[in-house]
Parts: sequence; structure tokens; C-alpha cells
Amino acid sequence: MYVAVKGGERAIENAHRLMAHERRGDRDVPEVSLAQISEQLALAVDRVMSEGSLYDRELAALAVKQARGDLIEAIFLVRAFRATLPRFGASEPVDTGRMRVARRISSTFKDIPGGQILGPTFDYTHRLLDPQLGEGFLPEQPARSEAADAATPRVTDILGRDGLIEPSPQQDADTPVGDLTRAPLNFPAERDLRLQNLARADEGFLLAMGYSTQRGYGRNHPFAGEIRFGEVEVEFFAEDVGFAVPLGAIALTECQMVNQFKGSATEPPCFTRGYGLAFGQSERKTMSMALVDRSLRARELGEEVLAPAQDEEFVMSHSDNVQATGFVEHLKLPHYVDFQSELGLLRKLRKEFAESADRAEPLQEAAE
Amino acid sequence: MNAPAYNFAYLDEQTKRMIRRAILKAVAIPGYQVPFASREMPMPYGWGTGGVQVTAAILGPDDVLKVIDQGSDDTTNAISIRKFFAKTAGVATTTATTEATVIQTRHRIPEAPLHAGQVLVYQVPIPEPLRFLEPRETETRRMHALAEYGLMHVKLYEDIARFGHIATSYAYPVKVNARYVMDPSPTPKFDNPKMGNCPALQLFGAGREKRIYAIPPHTTVVSLDFEDHPFTPYRFDAPCALCGAGDAYLDEIVTDDNGSRMFVCSDTDYCESRQAAGHRGSESAAPHKERAHG
Amino acid sequence: MADVQRETQCDQPLLVAEGLSKSYGRLAACRDVSFTLYPGEVLAIVGESGSGKTTLLQMLSAQLASSAGHVSYRMRDGVLRDLNSLGEAERRFLFRTDWGYVRQDPAQGLRMAVSAGANVGERLMAVGWSHYGRIRDAASSWLERVEIDTARIDDAPRTYSGGMRQRLQIARNLVTEPRLVFMDEPTGGLDVSVQARLLDLMRNLVSELGLAAIVVTHDLAVARLLSHRVMVMKGGEVIETGLTDQVLDDPHEPYTQLLVSSILPP
Repeated sequence: MYVAVKGGERAIENAHRLMAHERRGDRDVPEVSLAQISEQLALAVDRVMSEGSLYDRELAALAVKQARGDLIEAIFLVRAFRATLPRFGASEPVDTGRMRVARRISSTFKDIPGGQILGPTFDYTHRLLDPQLGEGFLPEQPARSEAADAATPRVTDILGRDGLIEPSPQQDADTPVGDLTRAPLNFPAERDLRLQNLARADEGFLLAMGYSTQRGYGRNHPFAGEIRFGEVEVEFFAEDVGFAVPLGAIALTECQMVNQFKGSATEPPCFTRGYGLAFGQSERKTMSMALVDRSLRARELGEEVLAPAQDEEFVMSHSDNVQATGFVEHLKLPHYVDFQSELGLLRKLRKEFAESADRAEPLQEAAE
Repeated sequence: MNAPAYNFAYLDEQTKRMIRRAILKAVAIPGYQVPFASREMPMPYGWGTGGVQVTAAILGPDDVLKVIDQGSDDTTNAISIRKFFAKTAGVATTTATTEATVIQTRHRIPEAPLHAGQVLVYQVPIPEPLRFLEPRETETRRMHALAEYGLMHVKLYEDIARFGHIATSYAYPVKVNARYVMDPSPTPKFDNPKMGNCPALQLFGAGREKRIYAIPPHTTVVSLDFEDHPFTPYRFDAPCALCGAGDAYLDEIVTDDNGSRMFVCSDTDYCESRQAAGHRGSESAAPHKERAHG
Repeated sequence: MADVQRETQCDQPLLVAEGLSKSYGRLAACRDVSFTLYPGEVLAIVGESGSGKTTLLQMLSAQLASSAGHVSYRMRDGVLRDLNSLGEAERRFLFRTDWGYVRQDPAQGLRMAVSAGANVGERLMAVGWSHYGRIRDAASSWLERVEIDTARIDDAPRTYSGGMRQRLQIARNLVTEPRLVFMDEPTGGLDVSVQARLLDLMRNLVSELGLAAIVVTHDLAVARLLSHRVMVMKGGEVIETGLTDQVLDDPHEPYTQLLVSSILPP
């Protein structure tokens, strides 16, 4: 005799307990600490902060641990936490021109004021797995010296002085900066919302979109004008004291792409821009972001919108990995009621098909 | 690190106000999709965040909450959402449809008729009925604004030309208050007639797509069709095997690997209530016992 | 009823263009074009590519905003309205009911993945027809009228030849009995024999239905066959205009003479 299945609540509790057990793994193996994650898996933490839209290394490290290393799950945890936080206001725009650069390169010029600084990078390493990193490896200390107090003006500002690159597109000073976490997104979207969307976007998605532009799907001839990584001061204008107070420093990566030049009947041609910004050291993200930013400016630059990376609605609707994974994975939820309806319809159509085939057969026999 | 303190029903009051404003607008324009700034919730997008935000915005301490998924109170996601509200709002919960003041549902409308004062909150994955015909939001928005629904009828025409029937079995589009075409969420078309002239308030929340819409009580809701191919709700061939109901939506249960099947009410509360009242189907000898699952 | 309306309005202009111009920066694509079109009249706009004729057609059909000048259209209620004064809803409604627009590439003017019957029936459904059988019958009779085998009513235009697609596009546009049809190189891209058949069909339909039409073409033979009047464009300007036979038999402007003399004999 059939008995309705019950006990879903118990099943969920057991599943959670089992998952926590799996997460800990072999209890003879030392537990990983948040400090270890933040220090030694720093780039994972950087990504979780960027796409989680929250600068807090400790929280991001906790998210990575709680998510068992699944970075999109960790990003989700950070986003959900962020949604509960009260807002005090907006900071002053950070001045990346005053960044304490740890790394700064440009491919558009051989040498630039302030110099090309390689900094810490995987670039030019040979991708050979190094068993020495296995256990108990201590790298040698890097050499230290006084930092030259040379200014590091932005390459795009240098080009801009001669009018060779378009000025950074400005919005009307009175228009408030949009925030897609506070108001629903409408298309067409202006650049402030587009950049915010891209800053939170999945790195893999942006990478693929950026890559597609390089392969001809909406080519915009990019050059890496400058990529810089380092710390910038964050300041907050405090009403009570009447001036901006420093809150602390955050690590940022900034990428300025110099793209296909553009002119018009009334303006001489000049280079155009693409921009990328992320928390921590996230070069792949900022470079991809800059390529896609430039690509999405097709409409405002009067270019034909043909390629997926130029399609604002397509890019912005599918860039958020928390939304994407939620919907893809929701297919695991029960759908048997709708499936039942489909089964019913299908059976009916098949029955009608068979009936009409039966009716057709006698005619064929007659013809023979 | 400080542990966060949560407001009643999780959402902060600002957010609730924002959602309520969207709800009011939706009620004022039946069937129209109102954009709202959906928040990140502790469950994934696609798993009911829209419904949860609507419920969280309207829940008060005296409400009695019922949560169902596929018509059942005991499916995993319904349990998860009910526990969420029990924890963050401390409201009374129930499985009895007639006792609930707020019912959050995924993919079914309860069989027991709803009454005035109840609110039915639907979880919606894709709010736009024209989405699969026209992927661009900019274009579908215009079509709704100008009441240009020719494309929808083209799809229905094509179904009849190809299959002899309208080939939509769930999420069957309806016209609300003779103006907006609306997606009722993936409820089976069997449930469509329950939406029209309903004494309860019906609210629809799509978290990932960031839209809220509503059908106020006693509003006309008409399933789209042709005069000569009128909408016909789906009918089952046999009554419920447990309680004998002939007017309920049934789940198909595969009972062995030789193709044996059984049909049982999808609405667990309805089925259990009928059995408690003495109704029986072909498969039940005594009221079912709870079986322990490890 | 429609015929009575047409007769009484025959002496009233259907479409009036005044000083239409369009420029892109320093480039003038179209300069100071004015004319009047009457019900049942077919006007051909001829010129080579770059002459501005397509830009003009787009402005006349309210798909492109002009830089200067006006276009006015007499609505079914008899009132002459400036197209700029129409709201978007009105303009879109006009486009779907009282106007037709036949594109050079029929794939641009059809829903390629949807059956021929649905393509023709769409406009009817958009104005409220709700009986499947009647929609299908109307679609079927139009397919017959444009000489498409009605057995193909459930096939998608993806399976049609170029000529059939163009005839389907015409049916799709005429099903709501528009009073004005815009055509942009309607026979471009088709084989010569297919063109001839299509032109015959178009001429018959236009005369049977009393349609007014504005036909843009580079092909003078098309103008000769379809139109009552012709406007010759060069470099964005109208350089010659008049009754078709008169202009083509006795062109005044050197450019027109050049165009006429370059028609290959059949």
C-alpha cells in the first residue's frame, strides 16, 4: 500500500550535518585558519571581495572556508551579508592617481614617468608545477630599498593632455550616481550602472566576452594603456567636521584600455577608453572589464551593435553569477507538477497522432 | 566580527517599505509588472527570493503562515522557507489552508477555496509572458505599454496549426482586468480558473528578475484562447487513489519498475483533510502512517 | 463602407510632404523634398544608390526623424495629421493597419520561423480577431490572392523561395486593407522572370484594392510598370518629377536621360 513520503525536515537537518562533516574533512588534518586563507590564498579572497561587493578580507576568508572553496558560493555568502548592513553614505571618489603603486605597467609606451614596475606577478613565470611548494617551503626575502618618490601620472592623462584620447566621459555633477542594488535596472542603462554591473560581474563571463571582442566579435583594437595595483586612501565626508576624513586604505587594481579611435564631422579623431576596477590584485578581471566596458559603449559612440559583447541587455542580464547560479541550480527543485502537465499533453498528442496514423493506413491498403 | 542582528522577518524596515510601495502599485494596476530593487536573500535566486521578499514585507506578528511547493507542505524547499520565517519572524505556521492568513506557494494554487482576508504569494521564475517570444526587455515593456499582444496570439495560432491544440500546459498566459497579459507563474493550467474573481489577494514575486505583480480580489482573469479553441482545463482520468477526490490536481507516483502508477492529490493538506473526513480512494485501507526516513 | 470613404476622399490628398530634409553632420542625405500623394495613386522614387531615396522613404513612413520639413497623413477619420504629432502608440498602430511596408529582403519583413498562416494572420490578431478558423481562412484566401499554394499555409517562410517570400510579405502587409503601401526595392534580388510575375501581381493588387503606394527603385522598368508618377532623385535632391510615361519617354534633365538610356532592352 502506498504511503506518502514524509520527513523532509529530518532529511534537510541530516544533510546539513553531513555537509558540515565533509567540510571539515579528515579530522587528523589541521583545520585551515582564516588568516591562512587570507594570506596564502589571497587572490581567492580578492575575487570574493570584488564580486561580493564588500571590502573585508576576514569576512571573505570566512566565506571561502564556509563555502569549501567554491568561490561563487562564497560570493553569495558575502552578498547576502552585505544586504543586511546599514549604509552611512558614499565615500569620496578614490584617487587612483595617488595610489601607492606596488605594480604598474603600460604596453603603450616603452618607458613612462614613474617607470614600469613589474611588482608581484605570475607574468613571465614558467608554469611548471613546483613540488617545493608542497610543505614547509620558505621563499627568500625580497630585497628592500627606499621607494623613489617619483610621481606616477596616469598614462591616459598624458595622452589626454595632447587631446589624443577622449576625456573620461563625465556625467552631470548634479545627477546622483546610480546604484543597481537600490533601484531596479532598466535598459538602456547609463555608464555608471554598466560599470557597477561589470565590477560585480563573474570574472569568467567577462573574460569570455572580452576574449570574443579580441577575436572579432565587435573588435575595438585595445591597447593596455596602464594597469596599476596598490593601495588607495578611502575618504568620507563627515558632515559634523565639515571635511573629508580618511577611513583607511584598500588595495585596488585599475586598468585603462586605449581603444579604436573615433571622430565625427565636427570632432577630430582620438582614442577611446575602456575602464576596469576591482578590489585586490585582479588583473584578469579589470582587463576583461575594460574590454567589455568599451564594447558596451558602442551605442553612445555611434557604432553598430552586432556582437554579443556589445549587447547591453545581454551582457548586463547575465553577468551576475549569484543570479545565474541560483537559476541554473533551481532546476534541482521539484518540478513534478509541471512535468505532470507536460506528460498529460504529450500523451494526448501521441494518442491523436497514433489515431490519425491508424485512420491513414486503411486508405493506403486500398490504394495498393 | 559582530554577529548581525536581524529585523522581524529578516528585511530591514526601509526595504519592506520599498517592497510595499511596489505591491501597492501592482495592486493598483492589476497584472502589470512593477520593477523593484530585489535584495540578496539568504537563499539563492530562483529558489523563491521574490516570494520570500513579498511575504517578509507583508507579514505581521499575528499572521499565520503556510508554505507549499508542488502543493505539498513537506517538500524540501517549502520546509526551508517555512523554517526561515519561523526563525526570523516567530510567526505561527500551519499546514491547514483554511487557517492560514498568508500562503506562500510554488507552482500550485491550493484546492480548498480561499476566502477574503487571505493573501496568496506566488514564487515566480520568469515574470514576462512574452519572454520566450521576444527576449528583449526593452521591446516587451513597449508591447505591454501599447497593449500589443499580437505576438502572443501568433504563438497560440502556431500551436493549433502544428499540434491541433494550444501546447501550453503550465504558466498558461492570462489577461487580467481586460488589460495586461500576465504569466500566472508555472502553475498547471488546471489552476487557472481559480485565479479569476478570487476573494483573496494574489501577489506575485520574482526576485531574480526583480518584478512584483498582483491580482486584487474579485478581478477578471481570462486564459488566452481562440473562440473556436477555447481554454479547457486539464482533466485527470481517475480520482485520487487515497481520498477519492475527482476535482483535484494529481501527482503521478511510479510504484515499481514495471510501469505501475498511482495518482494522488498534489495538495497534501486537501488530501489529508478529506481522508480525515472519511473520504477514501481505491488505494487506502486506513489513514496513512508516517514512515521514518533515515 | 471602405469604398465609399475612398470615393469621397479621392480629391483629398492622402500624404503630403513639405520641405523634407535629412542631414548627418555636414552630409545632406536628402534635401527639401515636397510632393502630394492622392488615394489610389502610385508614386515611384527612382535614383541610383546614394541618391537619398531610401532615406526619404524612411522619413515618409515615420521610421526616421527628419532634420527639417513635415509629413502629413490623412487618417481614416478624414483628419490630416502631422506624423510628428502622433504618439508612439498611434504611429505603431498606423504602421500595422493603415500602412504597409514591403522591404527589399523579405526575411526582414517576415517572421521566418513562424508559419505562413501566422505571418499573414498576425495583423488580424493584433487588431482583435479571435477565431482561429476565420483567421486561417483569411490567411488562406490571401495566400491564394498572391498566388501561393494554400497547402503551404503551415510551412515557415524559411522553406519558401525568394519570390514566394516576397509574395508572402505582400500578403502580410495587405491583410488589414491598408490605404498606403511603402515599397523599398520590392523586386531587388529576384530573378528576372520572377520579377516580372511579381510586378504583374503587384499592379493588379494595387488597382483592385485602390491602394496608394510609394515605390523606391533604381529600376526604371519597375517604375514604368507600377507607377502613375515618378520622382527622379540625385544627390539627395529631386531633379525631375512628372507623369511616369512622360518623364520616361521624354526626359528633360541630363541625368534622367542618362538613366533612361541605360535601360537594357528586354
